[in-house]
Amino acid sequence: MSVVGERLQPTIFERSRPGRGGGKIPHPPKDALDRVPAAARRATPPALPELNEPEVVRHYVNLSQLNYAIDTGFYPLGSCTMKFNPKLNEWAARLPGFASLHPLAPDEIAQGTLQLLWELEGILAEVSGMRAVTLQPAAGAQGELCGILMIRAYHLSRGDTARDEVLVPDSSHGTNPATASMAGFRTITIPSAADGGVDVDAFRAALGPRTAAVMITNPSTLGLFERRIGELLDAVHQAGALAYMDGANLNAILGRFKPGEAGFDVMHFNVHKTFSTPHGGGGPGAGPVGVGERLLPYLPAPRVLREDDGSFRLERPGERATSIGRLRSFVGNTGVLVRAYAYLRAHGGSGLRQVSDDAVLAANYLKARVSTAYEIPYDRPCKHEFVASAAAIKKRTGVRTLDIAKRLIDHGYHPPTIYFPLIVEEGMLIEPTETESVETLDAFADALIAIAAEAESDPDLVRSAPHTAPVRRLDEAMAARQPNLRWRGMTGAQTPCPD
Amino acid sequence: MLATLGIGGVDELFADIPAPLRASRLDLPEPEPELQLAARLEGLAGKNRTNLASFLGAGVYRHWTPAAVDQLLLRGEWYTAYTPYQPEISQGTLQSIYEYESLIAELMALDVVSASHYDGAAATAEAALMTCRATRRQRVLVSRAVHPHYRQTVQAYFGGLEVEEIPVVAEGPESGTTDLAALERLLADPDRPVAGVVAGQPNFFGLLEPMAAIGRLAHGARALFVAVVEPVSLAVLAPPGEYGADIAAGEGQPLGIAPQYGGPYLGLLASTDALVRQIPGRLVGMTTDLDGKRAFVMTMRAREQDIRRDKAASNICTNQALLALAASIYVATLGPHGLRDVAALGAARAAELEAALAGVGVGRLHPGPYLNEFAVRVPSARDVHRKLLDRGVLAGLALADIEPDEPSLADALLVCATEVTTSEEIARFASGLEDILSGRPPVGVEAGAGAERTRHGRHAAEGQPESAPEPAPTRVRA
Repeated sequence: MSVVGERLQPTIFERSRPGRGGGKIPHPPKDALDRVPAAARRATPPALPELNEPEVVRHYVNLSQLNYAIDTGFYPLGSCTMKFNPKLNEWAARLPGFASLHPLAPDEIAQGTLQLLWELEGILAEVSGMRAVTLQPAAGAQGELCGILMIRAYHLSRGDTARDEVLVPDSSHGTNPATASMAGFRTITIPSAADGGVDVDAFRAALGPRTAAVMITNPSTLGLFERRIGELLDAVHQAGALAYMDGANLNAILGRFKPGEAGFDVMHFNVHKTFSTPHGGGGPGAGPVGVGERLLPYLPAPRVLREDDGSFRLERPGERATSIGRLRSFVGNTGVLVRAYAYLRAHGGSGLRQVSDDAVLAANYLKARVSTAYEIPYDRPCKHEFVASAAAIKKRTGVRTLDIAKRLIDHGYHPPTIYFPLIVEEGMLIEPTETESVETLDAFADALIAIAAEAESDPDLVRSAPHTAPVRRLDEAMAARQPNLRWRGMTGAQTPCPD
Repeated sequence: MLATLGIGGVDELFADIPAPLRASRLDLPEPEPELQLAARLEGLAGKNRTNLASFLGAGVYRHWTPAAVDQLLLRGEWYTAYTPYQPEISQGTLQSIYEYESLIAELMALDVVSASHYDGAAATAEAALMTCRATRRQRVLVSRAVHPHYRQTVQAYFGGLEVEEIPVVAEGPESGTTDLAALERLLADPDRPVAGVVAGQPNFFGLLEPMAAIGRLAHGARALFVAVVEPVSLAVLAPPGEYGADIAAGEGQPLGIAPQYGGPYLGLLASTDALVRQIPGRLVGMTTDLDGKRAFVMTMRAREQDIRRDKAASNICTNQALLALAASIYVATLGPHGLRDVAALGAARAAELEAALAGVGVGRLHPGPYLNEFAVRVPSARDVHRKLLDRGVLAGLALADIEPDEPSLADALLVCATEVTTSEEIARFASGLEDILSGRPPVGVEAGAGAERTRHGRHAAEGQPESAPEPAPTRVRA
């Protein structure tokens, strides 16, 4: 475990030397903790690393340089909408008036943020055709939980207690069935039809008095618009169930399709996808949820309200008894929402429609370019992303989609999402987004085509990729078999405090 | 591009949307150039008042954040990457998460830390759900002295499961802390076995709880013990692993994260090794690459939703990774002694605050020991709180604003101090309080004037610009 590669970095613990650091906080009086009972005190100080600021800075700068990111290159990770993150939005979220506002600040000193949140709710309601929006959920998955808990409350409020099933297509994100389980429902998985759409007949057969909700991603995770969505929504409502839309793929349909108008009862937005807030290496995001009339009473608390005098306030605790309550502390990931608001105001109505037009055009163009070397299992116009398959290449050469993905790294690209959705053999889900130039799309297509040729001429080269990354492929089996989940043995902090 | 596709226009790519379902026009404002948008955003930010002497904590705390933290966070390699699905080009994120797990595990004195959860409340709910999975029991007891938002979140997350509250001692030296006798009774029901017991340290009122005793009672009933902790305090207070907690949850915001009206924050979640298969969220482990070089990778993925779908430990996917990085940089920059200084200096400032308030006749609501936050008894607390705003003081939280149905909290303010609290601010608070309680009008104190401070404790230069535009609200749907 001690061999650290050339560009790799020692851990922060290995960099530690006793006595380093300091100078950030004044020393407290010696008796500062005397009034804290000994039983409640820590017996030994935590063994945390000790470094001077220059060492900390180099550590994290050098580590950062081991990452691939949107700011460094093309990142066509399907289903994740890795579009450019405008820099103004970072600036805005850091304005002291936004950043240093305490979440329990009285409404009268929080009017700027409350106004922003109220306006943002309105914009999202207009984009989705929903009646109202909550900004509370911290991510898409929490938005899903919020939506399903509201659906549960809706059925229970009507004395409809037998509905314990949620229907989910087999192409759905894993969060959908996981959410249904968390909320106490049983997941019924529905197969996809041959054209990649939801199998409406299978859905009809599964719908019944036990169905609480269906969860649909539209466009689907194959990047295809559900052409029979109207029929499907009618059937759902006839069965007394409600329809949830997973809004992960909203980037394809801005200004073209409003889920609320079409009949969906509830949906979530992923502002870190559609509205350009940064993905942060895994988060934070925000997962606002829009609802139609039926679910309005159940929205989580607190909502942002506008008073008759034009001022804004948060709902008070207990003000709306029908609410499902709260899914997190305070109002929401407001700092993320400031960025989303900035994005939405920068684009306006016409700009948002242009976003989807450009994203869909880019995906179809890229699909056409790579179709010369890869199979396109569902060959009709896609939306913002498409699935390509390397099944034939694998059959001929033994080179798998995983290998092609790793070889893309050598060509300077982040690989697409691979082996998702699960229903396509050797699939790769490619989402270029609207913020990439045609030159970038061409260069990426050229790379994918070149790799297909490499698979024929030099399959070992592809199978052993990547060759230029800081590390080669990892021993994931060992990581799982002998988990090493934290550094141990740091003793630097045992030294006395340097005064 | 259109020529390559052999189409005349983009509309053709949307022909698969059935005509009756096509969207009505997007009724939104026109696009706004950056210059105007920047002014709009500054105007909105300027409508918030943040230049107050603030004693408000209640789960979110003002701290000095070393400048290095945000400078490093602003590197695009960190914040414009996503989940490290491709470990070969994500070693920066992966190693930083491993280090985060290690740093928080050390603070908690526990083995496993997942990276990461939405906030302290969601992490607490996930911890409570963990106890149910691990024990195959369905009933969780949560102390009423845990943050009200956390208790409400646990309630909301517990679809078909049971949550009960453990009362708080009403009077005497232990008032405001978890009622051990009541806990013992709740645990004694043989027909309704308890999965987990949840208590906070310090608790919502800032008081120190008898955590070891709560843990012993929980374990006596074969329930798991969940500690809800504040991470800066762990530099000086006994960590959860030392008093027998099986799981610890908490809010990571104090570790270098700005208050920003509610988030993004950082949900801390840690457990013993025995619960590693039950812990939800990302885990990164150390391994090697094909050449034997040390490297890091996401591991034990069979707990996660994208692999296990409806059998996953949680639905969590996107988390608060960038904030976990902020917390790591904060802890690394301060080091063990710096972190201890933050906690101890906060305790010293809080003692100064207690003395100053006592000096104007305002005493504590509960007598027990605290670290840097405590409740005081103030007649007409909400009214006094509002009047203090006019004197440039944010006098903590009027507890009736968060617990309106709890009569014992009707006339109380929850106040805190940290290392950024100054003696001048404490004096302003105390004298303002004295004036208000004795009916004196404010003299010579103007809101927003004088030695006001920003969140970082610097003397503010930014003020509230007179010329800031006042954007009128625009909303398309009521």
